[in-house]
Amino acid sequence: MTTDDGAVRYAEKMRRVMDAVELRRPDRVPTAFQASFWLARYGGITNRQLMYDYDKACEITRRALLEFDPDLFYPIHVTTLGPVCEAAGFKQIQWPGHGVGDNQPFQYIDREYMTADEYDDFLFDPTGFYLNSYLPRIAEAFEGIEELPKFAGLYYHQLLGNLRGFASPGAVRSLAALQRVAEEAQKLAKHRVEFNQEMAGLGFPVSHAVGTNAPFDYLGDFFRGAKGILTDMRRRPDKLLQAMDKAGVLLLRHALAGAKASGNNFVFIPIHWAADSFMSQQQFATFWWPQFRKLLMGLIENDLIPVCLWESVCTNRLEVIGDIPAGKAIYWFERTDLLKAREVLGSKLVCLRGNVSPSLMTTGTPKEVDDDCRKLIETVGRDGGFILDCAFGVPDETPLENVRALYQSVHKYQ
Amino acid sequence: MEDNEKRLVDLVADMDEEEALALAKEMLDGGTDPLQVLDLCRQAMDLVGKRFESGEYFLPELILAGEMLDQIGAMAKPLLNESPDAPSNKLGRVLIGTVQGDLHDIGKNIVTFMLDINGFEVKDIGIDVPVATFVEEIKAFKPQVVCLSGFLTLAFDTMKQTVEAIEAAGLREGLKIQIGGGQIDETIRAYTGADGFGLNAVDAVNFSRKHIVGA
Repeated sequence: MTTDDGAVRYAEKMRRVMDAVELRRPDRVPTAFQASFWLARYGGITNRQLMYDYDKACEITRRALLEFDPDLFYPIHVTTLGPVCEAAGFKQIQWPGHGVGDNQPFQYIDREYMTADEYDDFLFDPTGFYLNSYLPRIAEAFEGIEELPKFAGLYYHQLLGNLRGFASPGAVRSLAALQRVAEEAQKLAKHRVEFNQEMAGLGFPVSHAVGTNAPFDYLGDFFRGAKGILTDMRRRPDKLLQAMDKAGVLLLRHALAGAKASGNNFVFIPIHWAADSFMSQQQFATFWWPQFRKLLMGLIENDLIPVCLWESVCTNRLEVIGDIPAGKAIYWFERTDLLKAREVLGSKLVCLRGNVSPSLMTTGTPKEVDDDCRKLIETVGRDGGFILDCAFGVPDETPLENVRALYQSVHKYQ
Repeated sequence: MEDNEKRLVDLVADMDEEEALALAKEMLDGGTDPLQVLDLCRQAMDLVGKRFESGEYFLPELILAGEMLDQIGAMAKPLLNESPDAPSNKLGRVLIGTVQGDLHDIGKNIVTFMLDINGFEVKDIGIDVPVATFVEEIKAFKPQVVCLSGFLTLAFDTMKQTVEAIEAAGLREGLKIQIGGGQIDETIRAYTGADGFGLNAVDAVNFSRKHIVGA
């Protein structure tokens, strides 16, 4: 294939995807490919090898893209985080080779990383809270960083004198460790950028460069833990609301800066806490949606395209989450029925993505996968505005023939 | 006194944590039988469970109810001469755990709580539970229902292996197995050979009720 062929293919794929996003009918239904640890199975290596070997991960992903020919592919940086996690002594996940078996996926550890009485610290000075309390809790490399001077409030002679904090044993140790982490992170980033460029040259657009989270999910998953945030909704709703307002600003700033630096307009947002069964409609309308909508609108107003992965079943939320401008986002539903979503949201509001179930992908036959894809293409995809994908990426245990069936289906059905 | 009793039930059921704890303390300090206080909590939990089942309450209320129960329990239990919740008063035994390879416990904990407040004797054997441990625990605890929990797709196979091992150990007769978790559906129920699957804690309670109480 020549460079020109790659450029033509890239433009074709992007046009197909953007036709779907902007609710036109593309030449065929586009596909997206997120395979995480399934790639290890496909490449005949362990999850642990995939997690640690950048070159191998790139080689396997390249082979998969050439075989399945998706229109968007998920970047490789999440399942190759092993060396960076190792260098950081990261405590928020257990990964293959570190806490879970060599052939298991990494798993997040739900825990209270910020206590209830630390809301005020977070609200007053988030950066100070990160340095003094949060970071040393989530990674060993940060242990000691709290010995750095507390800059805010220092000035003139006091500022100079307090710089001695940089020579305290904990800070010295932490700064040296962080430099090692940074070198590994640079190495990973370099691989990622080079790989994405190479794939673009072959005609494959990457699905996004940055991700973000809903303010509720950010605080719930990464700070308060499930039990913490659920009780906060009852015990300290005002603090939670204030913290989400603050977090929303920070999350938007990072997403805008990251997207701008990468030149990729898609922003991936996995959504964990919007499910019908987690909170009431009233709680959703108070604690979840307004803060998230603000983030969405901030992205959209800056010409970015939010790719929202609504996990679990969100059928009761459809009317509320339909309050966005038309043709500006992708709603990827995990277990929400896509036909129902189309019915409630209409065909002129938002591009839908998904959602061949993990049970079908892992235990069904290629014919059954083909039938399901055909149904989705001919119903949900009938008028455009649809991207075919699994419910939440290709499950790790999926037989190869079923993956082939999914990606071939868009060439067979209209 | 009767006013206080009704008030305690309402305060707990209505999620007024501060007032509920204060009243429970006042009653215990005033000499109310601690077993009586725990029984009032149980009545309140019954209301919480019903409100959850009817869609009025959701996870925030279940978790907070659990917290109130724990705190009042911690005040009352040191004053007791006899053990509360004698197993003989329970509807039946349910064993629950997250299957091998999976470390998720939020769903499992919520199901455990709902089964508990609905009158079942529940034994929670934790996360990442090896197949052989399920078999040993079933032999020892003799549950009528086993709940296998799992959030990841890898759980499909470990649930299947667990069901097969229970069967191979000759423990399946008279025992009903339910699976549950974010990715579980009827296809996976059939794949694993379980008797039922649940999408939420209410399904789990109904399944146990059906197979133990017959209602």
